[in-house]
Amino acid sequence: MTTGRETAATAGTSSLKRRFDRGVKSLTQGRLGQSLVIALPYAWLLLFLLLPILIVLKISLGEIALASPPYTPMLQWAEDRTLSVQIHLGNYAFLWQDPLYLSAYLNSLKVAAVSTVLCLLIGYPMAYGIARAPTGWRIVLLMLVILPFWTSFLIRVYAWIGLLQGNGLINHLLLSVGLIDQPLVLLHTNFAVYLGIVYSYLPFMILPLYATLVRMDLTLLEAAADLGCPPWKAFVTVTLPLSMPGIIAGSLLVFIPAVGEFVIPDLLGGPDSLMIGKVLWTEFFSNRDWPVAAAVAVAMLLLILIPLLLFQRIGERETTRDRG
Amino acid sequence: MPQTRPDPGVLEAWQDPDARPFLEIRKITKIFGDRTYAVDDVSLNIFKGEFFSLLGASGCGKSTLLRMLAGLERSTQGQILIEGQDITRMPPYERPVNMMFQSYALFPHMTVEQNVAFGLKQERLSAQAIRTRVGEMLELVHMSEYARRRPDQLSGGQRQRVALARSLAKQPKLLLLDEPLAALDRKLRERTQFELVNIQERVGTTFIMVTHDQEEAMTMSSRLAVMDAGRILQVGTPSEIYEYPGSRFVAEFIGAVNLLEGRVVGSEDDRVIIQTEAAAGDIALYHAHPLAIGTPVAVALRPEKLRLLEGPPADDRNWVRGKVREIGYLGDVSVYHVETEQGMTVQVQVTNRARRTAGPLTWDDTVHLGWDSEAGVVLPV
Repeated sequence: MTTGRETAATAGTSSLKRRFDRGVKSLTQGRLGQSLVIALPYAWLLLFLLLPILIVLKISLGEIALASPPYTPMLQWAEDRTLSVQIHLGNYAFLWQDPLYLSAYLNSLKVAAVSTVLCLLIGYPMAYGIARAPTGWRIVLLMLVILPFWTSFLIRVYAWIGLLQGNGLINHLLLSVGLIDQPLVLLHTNFAVYLGIVYSYLPFMILPLYATLVRMDLTLLEAAADLGCPPWKAFVTVTLPLSMPGIIAGSLLVFIPAVGEFVIPDLLGGPDSLMIGKVLWTEFFSNRDWPVAAAVAVAMLLLILIPLLLFQRIGERETTRDRG
Repeated sequence: MPQTRPDPGVLEAWQDPDARPFLEIRKITKIFGDRTYAVDDVSLNIFKGEFFSLLGASGCGKSTLLRMLAGLERSTQGQILIEGQDITRMPPYERPVNMMFQSYALFPHMTVEQNVAFGLKQERLSAQAIRTRVGEMLELVHMSEYARRRPDQLSGGQRQRVALARSLAKQPKLLLLDEPLAALDRKLRERTQFELVNIQERVGTTFIMVTHDQEEAMTMSSRLAVMDAGRILQVGTPSEIYEYPGSRFVAEFIGAVNLLEGRVVGSEDDRVIIQTEAAAGDIALYHAHPLAIGTPVAVALRPEKLRLLEGPPADDRNWVRGKVREIGYLGDVSVYHVETEQGMTVQVQVTNRARRTAGPLTWDDTVHLGWDSEAGVVLPV
């Protein structure tokens, strides 16, 4: 209960406090503050993401030219002071006609898909093990997963060359043990590419999986057991569906960068492991054909973006239907 | 308050020496880590159709005992038998036992219907049979119209009903309830108490409930066990436990009680005479067994067993005098805290028979309190 004296005493300070609160509120909750807070990251994305993409799109609609930059401009002042717009769709037609690009795209999708599945198969048990480990151990195990990030990605891929090559560590070991009498061809094979991608992207699979698995309410598994579900079945019917958000997030985090991966197939892959990232690099730096390179990039973006948007749309529709 | 209808077959089961217990717990012990005795040498027989409660403060081992019955915790020692079959080492998914979890543990990715059907799907039942059974269970808990909702679209009370339906769907021989009403607000809890007892009577399943709420245990159970520090202190019907507590702990845990300490000085036709510093004269109470002279004892007196007297009784026994210090008006009754001349605070409960704003007593009134020879219980110290 508040006595009359107390209310009188608080009234004086409260008006000052109220004014201060209102000031803070207008910054954090007011329209101006709100739009300011949102505007900053949006401006950043606009400037450094959307704008470069538009520039790439523009280049892809030009033609190769002996100039600097090496492509024809889109907008040009004609002699009679009219603005002419030149759009060439030839680059895209070229991508479609030359089987090299299509097979590179398909190969990239295949490599990325297989790597994602491999990452999931290896990463899920690891994430599960970490999430179910004693609390004190979890942070240690997570650190071990993240530890490779402290070394440069490029150096780690180069290290694999040292391990895989003909007179490398692995062959050396197998020869000395006597399991083989001829060095195995490991480097510059599809196997090496898969190995490199799975090795590099595994943490991106483990971390989101761990995050969903560690949050899971373990009494749900007890409830499943209590209702007559043996452990393996409880895993399939309860744990797996509930870790779906982690599986999807991890798979996207592996799949998307793996599609455009350039360094790993370039360093570890053979001549037949043609991936679209490599093609893009060749077009840009060896052929100096910026418009085709840009078209390759745009096509790749669409190839990943469109299924992703469809995927999200379907997911949204399902949740709204559930609620309805 | 809900009371199980007196059914002679059920009520007498534990009194009949030939009756075969449905569930036998034999010397069960659970040790966590090295030396923490969560459950310490507990033996208990529970009969078919009982509504049995394990009552105790948090950390007394009641939940651990329940989890051992469900198979979610392994006992360190001892045996558990259901209808004579040893289930001590049986995994939870093979036991004819189901549990209703305190957090309800509903599967968030399934609808109400799918939750209830989950256990049935583990047995190879036809889709038709499962649908019928799920329909019946949802009918039983009045949740039929919510069949397609997900748990996060339900209120706490509705979730509780779904959890109950799910745990009953498989027609378990034994249903375990871990604090089934703890998450509900008071009004809903009282209503659900009636309903749970009702449902138990209708399905006839043996229920074992864990609760820390003595009122809940008293109103719902056929029998209850009071637990402390991993041990069972007393087993009995609610009225046995309330009227004849076996120890100070039980007397203090169940309901309010006044404890007067003293020493046995003699006996007089079935009554023990106790000399005490806490009352005005000696205390004379009925006691089944004779007690040796000089035995230190505590006398437990329930507040509602005390009477207001006009003055000191003629025999100068079983009475105290004091001043009213606190008054608690509860509507139907008033509770007075009386500070006795011996320096103790005694609680006395008086029924408010007549309607009036002020009770019969007011602050600083001097009162004489007395009790009958059968009103109190003599407890070992």
